[in-house]
Amino acid sequence: MSGYRLQGGQIDRTRTLPFRFDGRSHSGHPGDTLASALLANGVRLMGRSFKYHRPRGVLTAGSEEPNALVTLRSGARAEPNTRATVAELFDGLEATSQNRWPSLAFDAMGVNDWLAPFLSAGFYYKTFMWPAAFWERVYEPIIRRAAGLGALSGQDDPDDYDKGFLHCDLLVIGAGPAGLSAALTAGRAGARVILADEDFRMGGRLNAESFALGEMRGAEWAAQAVAELASLDNVRLMPRTTVIGAFDHGVYGAVERVADHLPIPPEGKPRQILWRITTARTLLCAGATERPVAFADNDRPGIMLAGAMRAYANRWAVAPGKRVALFVNNDDGLRTAQDLAAQGVRVSAIIDSRPYAPDPGIPGARHLPGALVIGSAGRLGLDTITVRTAQGREFRIDADALGVSGGWNPNVHLTCHQRGRPVWDDALAAFVPGADLPGGMAVAGAAAGVFSTHGALQSGHAAAARALEDLGRSAPAPTLPQAEDTPIDLRPLWHVPGKGRAWLDFQNDVTVKDIKLAHQENFRSVEHMKRYTTLGMATDQGKTSNLPALAIMAELTGKTIAETGTTIFRPPYTPVSLGVLAGRARGKDFKPTRLTPTHHWAKARGAVFVEAGLWLRAQYFPRPGETHWRETVDREVLAVRAAVGLCDVTTLGKIDIQGRDAAEFVNRVYANGFAKLAVGRVRYGLMLREDGFLMDDGTTARLAEDHFVMTTTTANAGPVYRHLEFARQCLWPGLDVQLISTTDAWAQIAVAGPRSRTLLQRVVDPGHDISNAAFPFMACAEITICGGLRARLFRISFSGELAYEIAVPARYGHALMERLMEKGADLGVTPYGTEALGVLRIEKGHATANELNGQTTARDLGMGRMVSDKKDSIGAVLSRREGMNREDGLHLVGLRALNTGSRLAAGSHLLERGADAVAANDLGWVTSACWSPHLEAPIALAFLKSGAARMGETVRAVNLLSGQDTAVEIVSPHFIDPEGERLRA
Amino acid sequence: MPDLTPITPLGGSSLRTDTIGAISIAEADDWALASVAARAGQLEDTLTRARKLTGLDLPGPGGLVAGGDWRAWWMAPEAWMLATPLSASEDIVAAVKPALGDAASITEQTDAWARFDITAPVGFLERLCNVDPARVTPGTATRTVMEHMGVVVLRHGDQAFSVLGVRSSAGSLHHALLTAARAVA
Repeated sequence: MSGYRLQGGQIDRTRTLPFRFDGRSHSGHPGDTLASALLANGVRLMGRSFKYHRPRGVLTAGSEEPNALVTLRSGARAEPNTRATVAELFDGLEATSQNRWPSLAFDAMGVNDWLAPFLSAGFYYKTFMWPAAFWERVYEPIIRRAAGLGALSGQDDPDDYDKGFLHCDLLVIGAGPAGLSAALTAGRAGARVILADEDFRMGGRLNAESFALGEMRGAEWAAQAVAELASLDNVRLMPRTTVIGAFDHGVYGAVERVADHLPIPPEGKPRQILWRITTARTLLCAGATERPVAFADNDRPGIMLAGAMRAYANRWAVAPGKRVALFVNNDDGLRTAQDLAAQGVRVSAIIDSRPYAPDPGIPGARHLPGALVIGSAGRLGLDTITVRTAQGREFRIDADALGVSGGWNPNVHLTCHQRGRPVWDDALAAFVPGADLPGGMAVAGAAAGVFSTHGALQSGHAAAARALEDLGRSAPAPTLPQAEDTPIDLRPLWHVPGKGRAWLDFQNDVTVKDIKLAHQENFRSVEHMKRYTTLGMATDQGKTSNLPALAIMAELTGKTIAETGTTIFRPPYTPVSLGVLAGRARGKDFKPTRLTPTHHWAKARGAVFVEAGLWLRAQYFPRPGETHWRETVDREVLAVRAAVGLCDVTTLGKIDIQGRDAAEFVNRVYANGFAKLAVGRVRYGLMLREDGFLMDDGTTARLAEDHFVMTTTTANAGPVYRHLEFARQCLWPGLDVQLISTTDAWAQIAVAGPRSRTLLQRVVDPGHDISNAAFPFMACAEITICGGLRARLFRISFSGELAYEIAVPARYGHALMERLMEKGADLGVTPYGTEALGVLRIEKGHATANELNGQTTARDLGMGRMVSDKKDSIGAVLSRREGMNREDGLHLVGLRALNTGSRLAAGSHLLERGADAVAANDLGWVTSACWSPHLEAPIALAFLKSGAARMGETVRAVNLLSGQDTAVEIVSPHFIDPEGERLRA
Repeated sequence: MPDLTPITPLGGSSLRTDTIGAISIAEADDWALASVAARAGQLEDTLTRARKLTGLDLPGPGGLVAGGDWRAWWMAPEAWMLATPLSASEDIVAAVKPALGDAASITEQTDAWARFDITAPVGFLERLCNVDPARVTPGTATRTVMEHMGVVVLRHGDQAFSVLGVRSSAGSLHHALLTAARAVA
């Protein structure tokens, strides 16, 4: 044997893939993992441990790997904490080791290992107690620097991630012998099957073992089964797909690594996909995980699980070493020795803790029944092991690789995701799935504790047949190949007593001593032990460590393992990148955007936009030469007050309300009366929540006896619609009312200002009289404009000026805006945005969401009398509660800065002159503030205690955040035209 | 005819079609839409009158029917959407309301929606919405969600779909459809 590469294996030797690890060039073949390729290149040292910076090599050959964590790729694509055992080798792969400085071979932080006596479990809790001021500033940065794994690149991930949805009759999780057998049974029966496996090559342990299935090698049988499944239209094979969680109602989460095995994903294609799989039945065939035996210095590179050794030798044709020893408590020692010897690897010793263990008769291998490994030696890798025989004799054996097996744990993780508890099986010395599985789930094969190949094939078939029966299908007769059916022969051995540190949780550096300390300090329940020692809390969720640790706790407490119990598992089964959870929802694609019908028109005019919920609204329309937004807004406001302005108000919610009882319905949802609203008229309405507080306001027009159109504020369009549906369906199902949103159907433009009527008369078709007499304030009508286009005209005003809102089918909004601009050029027509809209309504004292903030009442707004006592309506009764009608309650008032050069900001709190700025002196707060170009002063709306009785007095508006303290006069909130003469003009 | 020129849901002067591999996504605006909601106790009358107007039996939950100039699909209990060529019935309420009388409430929905006609294998939907391709057979209408946007998916034929979403989000919906098409094409 030259090098470490053996004959055979499931790798493509016709191609060579160069790759780099810590800057050094190596090569491997398609089919290799990074771990198998490194081993083939003689690299054993792959990382440093989390806390003590101990040199570590590969322990496993699968996703349970605690040690061989590397940073894969570089730059923005660098991905820390990737397990080398599942990283598929590709051309040019670049990997670096983690948690070491300056290099993996010489790590200065290895000093922690010498300090180990001081760094035992609970060290942080005991040591970093004092002083408290050091917790975040001193201790945490030091600990984070010293302990840890890889680091993020700090750059944006350049790749895309998708989400998707799949549906099937039977989801089979795991494509080992049980999963393949189940998928064949269900697939041949015509059921819709998804077979998912985290590996890139389906077959599970069949690829790693040398057993025959019938006349074929296991791997060949697996390949043949996969080929048959691939030929079935009703079966979807999903390799590289980890089922990460079992959720409610038969929904499973799965991450498919679409492009992780490529240097970069193809253009437009995602790197990974998060699938939500909805299935009628699920079969968990997740196999089992081998567990180590703890002994002193059992974490040296070269010491790995015996099953992993077989996988490296059989699947990847890699020798784990030149002189291999085995330390086992079950027949895996025999299997491993035979497989290695068959491949020409020298096996130096088989240390079998079972005194009765039979000698497999491997030439050149010492067989030591009843013996134990009690220590290891070697710098940065294993050189020798120390053995104690059944007779108590101790000696060293040369070995550069040691295979360890303490038995196998069924992978019950997904059975626990809905609080299912595994149960202890004494015969297997393992926890097996309990009875309380997630709905629709069954378990087969090694995951169910059925460890033989025959058992896996048979139980997979049987479970699939039961699932088919549940689904009303009949299963085809099984065609199972002959396979080994060896019974389990295991004698539990969790740790070897003795001096030195014996590692349990390799990833979090938890030793047998730490468990003893937890016991000594009375952290004895498994949950307490776990949290005190951090056992099982690393990214591997303790897949290789949990059971040995709780078995030791059981020993210490004198209880059985069944009595001691086990911690359970949460999703995800293996670590999931945040990128795939986010999917496409990143940056500007985080949420959808809604554009108004005049958006493109406004954009072409250089409008500045502002987000209003999902909407983008024009905030203001700067003109060349304007240097400050206020300059623009002042111009827009004055244009509306003096001439005519245009503003897209499509974003306000529009709800079409029809039915014989539409009037009664509207009358019940609004606090003020609507039953007698005449056809062709609009009314302002106040809507209360059930608890009597204000919910929303808006205008509602009556287009016909049985037809209303309600408008809502932009922010509340959805909530009000939901509220109305609730009232219609649940509160008053007897009323004949039909609702539908028409927000998007109509483009609505506010035409405001003294010249608005003149402008509208230029577009309204002849035959529609909109004179003041024929179409007074609060009138509405369905008319036509521009040569026959259907439109709805409302004479309503938010600005306080003579104003209208005109609605046309949305596709014409853009053209109507252009037409109004063209026809109004000589009238001084000016488009205005939400900023000017806000100034106009503050000057007029109109409320918006700032005032309707969910904490205020109609009375607070000075509209208490609008809550009718002549009828019942939602919220009316509770609005009369004593506490909401206090004499010293809040009132909406206007504020005007005494010094026009001072500033007023929304959010400021109101205080008496001379009062300290503390909460006890708080009199209320400023809800909305602006510079009024009309009054040439800073003004605001505010809620003030007993405000209505304090007109003309002076208080202070204090904003501690911006250091403002402004003297303000309390005035009416109606700064403009308090009598409403303008809007009736 | 009004002397104003409409714009398309995506804001253009002409309709946009994108072809990505075997998938085509075409912005469409040629349907007039009206919602029909039966008034209390008027279900039978609504069905009868709708049949007389359109020749169609208004379908049950998830159903889509088409014939002559009309299409109808289920939207909610006792509520449907009617579609007919916009060129023939610009004011669809004027066309529908006389026929339905007081049996149902009719609301114009033409411009409430943006529509994309899609030619794609049914698997295209996997990356967009939680629908089961085996159940979304030709002749179904499914209300679902794509990237947080409420949509209606109509399946007309094996590879023929329409997706309708709110008009104001036409750009976001179009982007979601194109992105998914690029990912699966």
